[in-house]
Amino acid sequence: MKQREAVLSLISPAYLWLTLTILLPLSAMLYYSFLSDVPIGNREVSWTLENYGTFFEKAFYSELMLRSFKLGAEVTAFCLLLGFPCALALAKSIRGRTKEALFLLIILPFWSNALVRIFSWTMVLRGNGILEYSINWFLPGTGPLGLMFTYPAILLGLVHSYLPYMILTCYISIDAIDNQLLEAARSLGAGKLTIFFRLIVPLALPGIVAGSVLIFIPVIGSFMEPRLLGGRNGTFIGTIIEDQFTAVFNWPLGAALSFIMMGLVLLILLGFSPLVRHFK
Amino acid sequence: MNFLKWIGRTYLICIVLFLYVPILVMVALSFNESQLYRLPIEWSIRWYEALANNSKLHSATVNSLAVAFLSTCLSTLMGTAVALAFYRYDFRGKRLLQILIFPPITIPWLIIGTAMLVFFFWVGIGRGLHAMVLGHVALSLPYVVIVVSARLKSFDSTLEDAARSLGASYWQTTLWVTVPWLMPGIIAAALFAFAVSLDQFVISYFLAAPGVTTLPVEIYTAIRKGFTPEINAISTLVILLSMLLLVGVSRLYRFGGRD
Repeated sequence: MKQREAVLSLISPAYLWLTLTILLPLSAMLYYSFLSDVPIGNREVSWTLENYGTFFEKAFYSELMLRSFKLGAEVTAFCLLLGFPCALALAKSIRGRTKEALFLLIILPFWSNALVRIFSWTMVLRGNGILEYSINWFLPGTGPLGLMFTYPAILLGLVHSYLPYMILTCYISIDAIDNQLLEAARSLGAGKLTIFFRLIVPLALPGIVAGSVLIFIPVIGSFMEPRLLGGRNGTFIGTIIEDQFTAVFNWPLGAALSFIMMGLVLLILLGFSPLVRHFK
Repeated sequence: MNFLKWIGRTYLICIVLFLYVPILVMVALSFNESQLYRLPIEWSIRWYEALANNSKLHSATVNSLAVAFLSTCLSTLMGTAVALAFYRYDFRGKRLLQILIFPPITIPWLIIGTAMLVFFFWVGIGRGLHAMVLGHVALSLPYVVIVVSARLKSFDSTLEDAARSLGASYWQTTLWVTVPWLMPGIIAAALFAFAVSLDQFVISYFLAAPGVTTLPVEIYTAIRKGFTPEINAISTLVILLSMLLLVGVSRLYRFGGRD
């Protein structure tokens, strides 16, 4: 069989599928973002830049966009701070079956439903929930903590959801660092801090970047977590976009907001790409 | 023992505990008698009994399983084919095609979900379980390609040459030599795809037709309406199932990856 036919027969079903489910829908949404109304029934529809204009005119939308990006950055930073040492300990100080078992324990919750895990945080954090109950049991008279429906609650839920991503990607790149390299540095007189900052961190950078991208992107588009844990404090650009599609039925505005979000994400990724290349 | 190592281990245990806190709370409260999650816990299985009579949750579970099963079959088949093509052949545009596999996991699901809603509505595919299958397959494809490609890395391609020189045709070689050898990787990929589909909430949420939902969508609706501990009971079962699936994947990976 000729190579051309073989390749085509193997890959065309998948790529046709991706065209139908990713490429065409994104194009359709781009088209919608320039329409004045949803073209259903006999509604008069015209081309317009108004949806994008709304974003730049009303400070409300740009503030929420900023708030979402800030949330994304904070969740990513916390995941890195908590996850990197964890990946380091797992990769370099534990061996054999314990290592395998711990590794599995860390990625297991990652495969349990994200929605369910967020929901269970509501039971931990709510007034008279597990956390308040146990603290008041140990230290009577502490009173209510008021954690539920706050920004920290959203942060906590999201960090918990996405932490395994960071541990996993960092672990993979730290595990690949040759121990002989670290020993060589040590025998040449490098201190622990020098080894950490001049060797381990630069060599683990691909993992850090991969983890950060995998966390940052979904977090800025999140809407379920802020709604469940944030209540009235849980308004972000993701929840606004969701509203446009499910409650307000203003698809063109929702589409425009989505594309502005995607554009900003691309700009940020482009901004960070020299950093990655520098360390390669 | 080294002091730093000791700190490292303690820290690891703390992180593992942190990851399991909400899951353990969920499981414990599913056995709580009180409807309002009142503490301390009074043990009871009434929510599991209530679950047995909740037909809405039953049909959502059946829908979830049906969508997951169909998506798994389709994405495993197509993803394995793509991984094989990338492994066997060098062709123009291969790099670009390899990159194009990843958008389903690098674009926020919110955007993919709403885009599918807009497009499916526009061309008449509409919402419902069939639309969900379309979406779930796209989401699982990258995982299938990654997992099967990883297994292919250790494949000895002279086996294929040997089969062909003994007179096997192209499809015979693929079906009777390559695929059986790949099987552990393919099964791991399938379990991955199944777990992805079973857990997928965002896309299902936008593509659910009124009255026809999957379990995550039903759970979300129940939570927002004011929930009952029945949700804890079903969530506990779902978590157990997902975890069993992953343990299965990890075993296959280990036994399959290093022989």
